[in-house]
Formats: sequence, C-alpha cells, structure tokens
Amino acid sequence: MTSPAAARPKPFLGLTVERRYRLIYKPVVFLASLMPLAWMACSLFGWLGFTPPVDVVKFLELRCGKTALNFIMLTLMVTPVRQLARLPNLLRLRRMLGLFAFFYATLHFTVYLLLDVDLDWHQVAADILKRPYITIGFTALVLLIPLALTSTNRMMRRLGRRWSRLHRLVYLIAVLGVWHFYWQEKIDVREPLVYAGLLLVLFGYRWVRSPNMWAVLAPGSTRPAAAVRRLARVAASSALRPPV
Amino acid sequence: MTVRIPRIAPSEITPPETYFNRRAFLAGALAASAGAALGRAGAAVVPAAAGAPLVYSYDAADSVGALVHAPGQDEKPNSWEQITHYNNYYEFGTSKSDPSEYAGQLQTRPWNIAVGGEAEVTGSFPLEKFLNPYALEERIYRFRCVEAWSMVIPWVGFPLAQLLKQFKPTSRAKYVAFETLYRPSQMPGQRVPILQWPYREGLRIDEAMNPLAFMVVGLYGRVLPNQNGAPLRLIVPWKYGFKSIKAIVRILFTETQPLTTWSQAAPNEYGFYANVNPHVPHPRWSQATERRIGAPLFHERQATLMFNGYAKEVAYLYKGMNLHTYF
Ligand code: HEM
Repeated sequence: MTSPAAARPKPFLGLTVERRYRLIYKPVVFLASLMPLAWMACSLFGWLGFTPPVDVVKFLELRCGKTALNFIMLTLMVTPVRQLARLPNLLRLRRMLGLFAFFYATLHFTVYLLLDVDLDWHQVAADILKRPYITIGFTALVLLIPLALTSTNRMMRRLGRRWSRLHRLVYLIAVLGVWHFYWQEKIDVREPLVYAGLLLVLFGYRWVRSPNMWAVLAPGSTRPAAAVRRLARVAASSALRPPV
Repeated sequence: MTVRIPRIAPSEITPPETYFNRRAFLAGALAASAGAALGRAGAAVVPAAAGAPLVYSYDAADSVGALVHAPGQDEKPNSWEQITHYNNYYEFGTSKSDPSEYAGQLQTRPWNIAVGGEAEVTGSFPLEKFLNPYALEERIYRFRCVEAWSMVIPWVGFPLAQLLKQFKPTSRAKYVAFETLYRPSQMPGQRVPILQWPYREGLRIDEAMNPLAFMVVGLYGRVLPNQNGAPLRLIVPWKYGFKSIKAIVRILFTETQPLTTWSQAAPNEYGFYANVNPHVPHPRWSQATERRIGAPLFHERQATLMFNGYAKEVAYLYKGMNLHTYF
C-alpha cells in the first residue's frame, strides 16, 4: 500500500514546500532585494571602499527609479519562469517582488520630493501637470498604491476574482514605467528600448499562451487562418474607405 | 558699445589658503619647467600631461574675475574632484562618470588646429604655436547645464575675442564654427551614432567677440584634464553647457549659420542660441531652477538667472530678438 504522500517530491532538508519558502527562500530573496538599498548606502557614505558619487541626489533618484522598474520586470517574469522551468511554487515569491517595486518607487518619489525639488510643492504640482514624463511616472506610482494595499491574504480572499482583475493593472504600470524611463532620457534611449523589448517579450509570451490568442487579434476567431482572414478584411475595408 | 566686466579679486571667491599657496608653487614650477615658455611677459603653456600644473603668469590686478555675484547664491567654486568626475562628454560615453574613466586614453599631443573660411589668416597650426600669442588668465564662471544642474568653475585661458583678432575674420564672416576631434579609436563614444560625429558648435561673430567668451586650456591652475575638453575648449558662460565645445581641432569663419550637433539631433529641444533662460522651458522639463552640485543636500535648488547671471554683460546681443523663437 502506498500513501499519497510518497508520490510527492521528497522534502528538501526535511522541510515541506511551504516551510522551505517561509524559512529559506523568502528570507534570501528579501535580503537580496535590499541589496540595491545597501549599495546606495555604501556609495553614499563611502562604506566598503565605495566612492561617493559627485551628484548624490541624481544618483539616488536614478538608482531608485531603475530599481523600481527592475522589480516590476521581475514580478512579470515570475509567470513565464514558473511555467517554463516547471517551478509552480515560485508564485509564492511574487508578492514580495511586487511590494519591493512599490518600496523603491516610493523611495524614488521621496528622493525627488525631498532632495531634487527640495519640497517645493509648486514645482511638484507644475511637474506633474506640465511635464509629461513626470505625469506618467506619477500615474504609475498612484496605480501601484491599490495593488500594494490589496496585497494581504485577507484582501485577496475578500476580493476573490476581482483581485486578479485589479492586479492586471501591473501591465499598465509596467508600460507607464518604461515610457517614463524613455521620456526622461536626453538622447540616448538604448537602455529604455531594451526594457521596452523585454516588456514586449513578456507580453508576447502571455499572448501566445492565452487560450484564445487569435481572438485577441480578431474577436470571434479561434484559429490563425480565420484571424488572418478577418484582419485582412478589416484592413482592406479601411484602406478602401476614403479619407474623412 | 562697451561691456564692463566686474573686476572681482579671486580672493573674494576662492578659499585663499588652498589657492594662493599653490600659485606660489606654480611660480616656482615656471622656472623649473623644461617646456618652451610661450607668450607674452611670462605667460606660458607647458605642453605637459593633463592634470599637471599649468604654468601661467597670474597677476590679480590684471585678471578679470568675471563672476557676477548674485545675492543669496553660493558661489564657491566646485572642487577639482566634482569638476573632473561629473562630465557630459558623449565622445567617451553617455554616463557622467564615463569621461573621467575613459578620457585618459585620448592622445592630446601632437595636436593641430585648422583655421579656415572667411578670414585673412588661415592654415593649420600645432597647438603650441596656436596658443603662442595669448596671455593666460583665470576666470571663475558659473556653468549651467541644459539638464538643470550647475557648478562654479575656475577656468584658465584667454578671451575668444583675442583669437578672432589674430585670424582677422573678414566682413563676410557672420559666424564662427568649431569642430571637435573625430578619433573613434580613442573616443569610444564616437563608435555609437548617438549624435552626428564630429561634434559641432558655433557662435555669431558678435557673441564670439563678447569679452566673456573664453578659450580654455586649464582648470584650477592646472593643465585641462582630458575629460574636461583638453587640450583646448570653448566656454560660453551665458549659454547652456553643450555650446562649450571640447577638444577643438577646427575653427571656421562662415557667412551662414553653421550646423550645430544638438540642434541637429533634436531641433525642437535644442536651438542654435541655447542661452540660459529661466523663462523658456525645455519641452520636457523646466529651466526655471537648477541644482548646484555640491550645495547642502536639502538646499541644492536655486533660481536660474537670465543669461546665467551675465545679463548685464550680454543682453545687448539679443536686443529685439524673440528668445522663445530663437531659443
Ligand atoms: C511621482 C512619481 C514619479 C516622479 C516624480 C518621478 C520622477 C523622476 C525623475 C525626476 C527622474 C530623473 C530624470 C532625470 O533627471 O534624468 C526619474 C527617472 C526615472 N524614473 Fe521616475 N518618477 C516617478 C515615478 C516612477 C515610477 C513609478 C517608476 C518605475 C516604475 C519610475 C522609474 C524611473 C526610471 C527607471 C528612471 C530613470 C533612471 C535612470 O535613468 O537610470 N519613476 N523619475
């Protein structure tokens, strides 16, 4: 007679999956996620042989912004990695990554507020209203707030299916974040373009894996041939239509 | 028309103990130097390695300390470390630390400067010969970047107006154009087409004749470091930093307005004039204020002044011009 437990993978270090994540993986990822902060502190104070940057304010502001975006990208990578690498339990780390994105984005805004514009609320208001790249960054930060607030187990249970619909906002936030990154560059947009490319791959993966990927292109069609036909028909009819 | 430049003794601005001691030391270095002493009355440029002491005659009474004091602003010069480790010099990379990291590989000797176009005297000159006629002096100028940060920098050089007098532009010369060295083997940033290389800049002739426009060969009494534009760069203190072209190899007098690199790259964001102007924002950010690098952390921001605080000296150049159109 075999017990159902024997069919499961052998517990590592005698720990169940839950305990492994709680006692080992999560603390490790938590500490690793604090490394960007530690690096900033070392640079700032010249610890461990780091040299302080000439422009402390920009250094902190740009590092925090970049780190926030990196965590958003990591959050979006959880799904493809757990599916492709067959590591379903990676999902247990996603909430922490998302919260770190919020943490660094908040820090980024705090540096901007306290050190860059020296708490000049007029300038903050003018920036948010008149500088499109800041409008976009601000929108991304505001949208992150409900996601952070609803990240507790209780909120997940309470919201049920609405929770996953709400948290799809992260796709929009990621687009806004990359857009903000792109628009604040003076001329060299190579790096934001790399992020945009990565985002396209992440979105493309989800599209390819979605059960009704062709319906996204052309509502009502489930097979590629039908979708292409429908798209061609729409394109032809709009091309033949005289300009308004 | 005469332009009066306020004469301010550098002792008002620079921490005297660090500064004047070194001057005394430099005077000794002049006597000991093996390089050819050039120029008038002891003024000299020694073709030495970047960062080595620059030997020049310094006479406080004779110097034009063209730093205009603005009340309430901290006008202490930035440190050598700050000025040489926070640079926009895309020929070496787009990060602020790339120039100090990679500019060391640039060979600045031998160096030739070609002068051409609408001028009586033209030709190609080795740097030493090119610099021969000029007495060097120090100018402590504000430096305002289009990215809305600023520094205060003690440059060493000579007025651009004197250079113009040497080459005698003809009456047809309405502009003077400058070009940076193009040498991708030593300027790794030029291997990437971020901007159209080589870098080009230019001024109207009357702007170039303004006494504040300055040709620079030194910094803090030393030979200009490569990352700051060695061996020869321009400084136009009332314009955004990108006008102040570095590592100059060509000077051309022209009848028509020359193409300039940044206005070519993004004509709606960077104009030919690029005068510091708090009332004309960059399309993506405000120019009303600036962050003074090295100021106390929570008080780095200060108001940006019209023409970077040099309005009294340069505003006449733009009388009747719409500065929103000619930005
Ligand atoms: C109120 C919200 C925000 C404000 C006011 C803001 C403001 C800024 C400012 C002033 C810069 C520097 C621009 C420069 O000087 O070159 C910047 C850069 C940046 N921000 Fe934001 N931001 C906000 C939200 C965000 C959010 C939510 C993200 C990420 C998801 C983000 C990611 C970035 C990135 C990646 C950079 C560029 C970093 C680099 O160049 O290395 N920002 N932001």
